[in-house]
Amino acid sequence: MSEVIVVTSGKGGVGKTTTSANVGTGLAKAGKKVCLIDTDIGLRNLDVVMGLENRIVYNLVDVVEGSCRVKQALIRDKRNPGLYLMPSAQTRDKSAVTPGQMVKVIEHLKEQFDYIILDCPAGIEQGFQNAIAGADRALVVTTPEVSAIRDADRIIGLLEANGFQKMDLIINRLRMDMVKRGDMMSASDVVDILAVPLIGIIPDDENVVVSTNQGEPLVGTNTPAGMAYHNVCQRVLGKEVPFLNMEKTISFWTRVSGIFHKV
Amino acid sequence: MRHFFRKKSSCEVAKDRLRILLISDRVNCSPEMMELIKTDIAKVISKYMKIDTGNMDIQISKTGSLSKRGMRTPVLSASIPILDLNKQS
Repeated sequence: MSEVIVVTSGKGGVGKTTTSANVGTGLAKAGKKVCLIDTDIGLRNLDVVMGLENRIVYNLVDVVEGSCRVKQALIRDKRNPGLYLMPSAQTRDKSAVTPGQMVKVIEHLKEQFDYIILDCPAGIEQGFQNAIAGADRALVVTTPEVSAIRDADRIIGLLEANGFQKMDLIINRLRMDMVKRGDMMSASDVVDILAVPLIGIIPDDENVVVSTNQGEPLVGTNTPAGMAYHNVCQRVLGKEVPFLNMEKTISFWTRVSGIFHKV
Repeated sequence: MRHFFRKKSSCEVAKDRLRILLISDRVNCSPEMMELIKTDIAKVISKYMKIDTGNMDIQISKTGSLSKRGMRTPVLSASIPILDLNKQS
């Protein structure tokens, strides 16, 4: 039984693509067959985050238009044997694909994969409609900022209106030092406001930038974000994992300067 | 010492702003629709009593019971000045 998960947020730049790449890679590392689909037509990015940009021949629009078979557009990941990426087209726009066509492609992929992860574009227009059309579960990504939470709330409303039963929240880029100072909403504040079950808290971590530079998702590595993403994957798989102790994610120097701050 | 004199933390400010913002976002009711509702209400009420349609006011406020998602459900309230209670024409 395969599961189709859409990673969405409404607002751009909160970490949808990073989350898609890491959750997909993490599930593949756990031995699952995973297909990542970039549904952001015209602004594809999942390929670079995965480090697979040099291998693209065909893309999602080619598949939909029948220029190639589904299998031809799937790119196999460098490191994980069970992981494939279907890139999006860079030279077309969102109207090149309809929700009905997406459902068809996903139905086809369901036969071969345990998990299909859809990286949704920002916004609530056609690209969003395409991405959620074939999905049966959603991961809503937000950061502890007013603008991102507002957009996440709108997205949650739209997902509810579209009959989504399973929705989980990922809070990205949390800075524990700022939360302690009272300058950032805590994870529980965000959960209170959005009222959606929490599936992961990802600390703000420089290593995410480093891993994106290198085109290697950091899930499972010994970094704060890598461990947090590993836990998200375990929870997606249905395991009960306690949330990370975020205290540890405060760097030594932040702690030292924090002491002086209080005086 | 700073802590005693400090005004609301920015986290508190953000939470308060979001609470109000999300209520109006969730209602998502355009001014045109509100106007239509208003004229329809006026039409119905004026069947039974004489009202001052020019000064009536309807608005959506946030003081309802708790909904499924834990937020207060919005409430539509109308204030309609009555000119004559028994309209027996």
